[in-house]
Amino acid sequence: MARVVLEVRDITKRFGGLVAVRDMVFDVHHNEVMGIIGPNGSGKSTMINMISGAFAPSAGAIRLNGQEIAGKSAHRIARQGVARTFQLVRLLPELSVVENVVAGAAFGHRKRWGAEAERHARQLLDRVGMGQQVNMPVSSLTYINTKRVELARALACEPEVLLLDEWLAGLNPTELQTGIALIRSLRDEGRTVILVEHVMDAIRSLCDRCVVMSSGAKIAEGTPAEVLEDPEVIRAYLGADEDA
Amino acid sequence: MSMRDLRNLALSALAFGVLALLPLYVSGYILSIATTMAMFTVLATSWALFSGPTHYISLATAAFFGLGTFVTGLGFQTLPMWLLPIIAAGLGAVLAALVGLVTLRLSGVYFVIFTLGLAELVRQVVTWVQNRTGQRGMYVLTSITERDIYWQLLGMAALVFLVGWLIARSRLGFALRIIGNDETVAKHSGIDTAAAKILLFMVSGAAAAVVGAMMAPRYIYIEPSTAFASILSFQVVIMALLGGTGRLWGPLAGVVPFTLLWEFISRNAPNQTLLLLGIAFLLIVYVLPGGFVGLYDRLRHRYGQGGQ
Repeated sequence: MARVVLEVRDITKRFGGLVAVRDMVFDVHHNEVMGIIGPNGSGKSTMINMISGAFAPSAGAIRLNGQEIAGKSAHRIARQGVARTFQLVRLLPELSVVENVVAGAAFGHRKRWGAEAERHARQLLDRVGMGQQVNMPVSSLTYINTKRVELARALACEPEVLLLDEWLAGLNPTELQTGIALIRSLRDEGRTVILVEHVMDAIRSLCDRCVVMSSGAKIAEGTPAEVLEDPEVIRAYLGADEDA
Repeated sequence: MSMRDLRNLALSALAFGVLALLPLYVSGYILSIATTMAMFTVLATSWALFSGPTHYISLATAAFFGLGTFVTGLGFQTLPMWLLPIIAAGLGAVLAALVGLVTLRLSGVYFVIFTLGLAELVRQVVTWVQNRTGQRGMYVLTSITERDIYWQLLGMAALVFLVGWLIARSRLGFALRIIGNDETVAKHSGIDTAAAKILLFMVSGAAAAVVGAMMAPRYIYIEPSTAFASILSFQVVIMALLGGTGRLWGPLAGVVPFTLLWEFISRNAPNQTLLLLGIAFLLIVYVLPGGFVGLYDRLRHRYGQGGQ
């Protein structure tokens, strides 16, 4: 099996008395698409936010290529090679499309600046399928194009691990197929991706492995086919028999 | 550097050259207005270096300015005159760094209130120290003339424009724009947002302190209530926003008309200057959200000149 890029060990996050994530353990291997799935409120986004440094975990360790990142500030983690997109797309409205992508390249893991950064940004925009629309103002982009720009920005620092927080949510069926093909092509070029997702089609066709969370804890891990047949996973999604 | 940059640089140098000749031709009254304009140009432009891209409204200008006047007031008899603005710059930067460290977690209105409070705090501390030592104010009697002050401020303005131009082209300037758009994105793109903000705030604080140090001889008599007068902070904010912070020259476009109007009103109806401040503020909020710069950009966009 390929080398481990990201190790998550006994990660717990408490917000006051509420335990949002409890003793999470999993590994992400190089060139793997790893899914984190689970019902609403199961702690997936909190988990992602701890990996990217938006929150510090209350306990546990997260190691990126063997180096501890848990509890470090977001900009340090970004420089070490974790890039992300956001559940609600966040573009920089006063910047041009190209500048939005340069923003990802200028300060992150592999730094680029000036003409080189701009060339790199244009290549990435082409890569995610933006084609001719790179000169449009950010405010006039279609929804899927805003997602493309955000993805290009995350890719711009050549991250070790790419975190996609519901990147496929809200796309229409045609766009969804485009989106799935795009993420698959990212894996095919050797990237490592962690994906928080609700869209089952995407999980089945994209993920090499999945971790299933419920009420903040891991309840299953394995290939999508395995975990989606797991009785406990089905119970978490659909409710126990007596509730039904 | 492109041809366009070279042209702009040459035009700016020419403009500064012409302005430097001004004291040789004009009357004392016009020179005093020009000195005030030069002062506000430095203050508003350096204020906008930080507050423009980050959208953090700082009302601390009076604190830095007052600090600078006291550096001159306390040091002019013992230290060489050229050293005083440098000391003021250092102290202004240190004060800005301290404020930055404390206010890191504050944003929006909390930052505004804190910076307003800061000027008041510094003023009260200075007053307290003076009361303990039995002083009231101090006289700054020097051989420095209005002309000298004007030239000093003009030189400082040139420096601030140069620094602003360099920052805008640097990664620091780009980082500040990203922070102003979305601080969360900035952090997750690898930007040390705290360091970037503090650094720019230090530049802006140092510049205001230098202006204070240069202006002190003009006041002749300095006391805390005038040196740290919070009205200065408000004037700077209003002028910068009236001109617009989207371009380096924006604040200048606000300083010139505002200073003239202020002068006119304070001569004819001295009690109505606050009214001007209020009306200018309403004008900015309701009519000119991007200041004159925003208006200029909108017009240019509408009539399709020079668009890309």
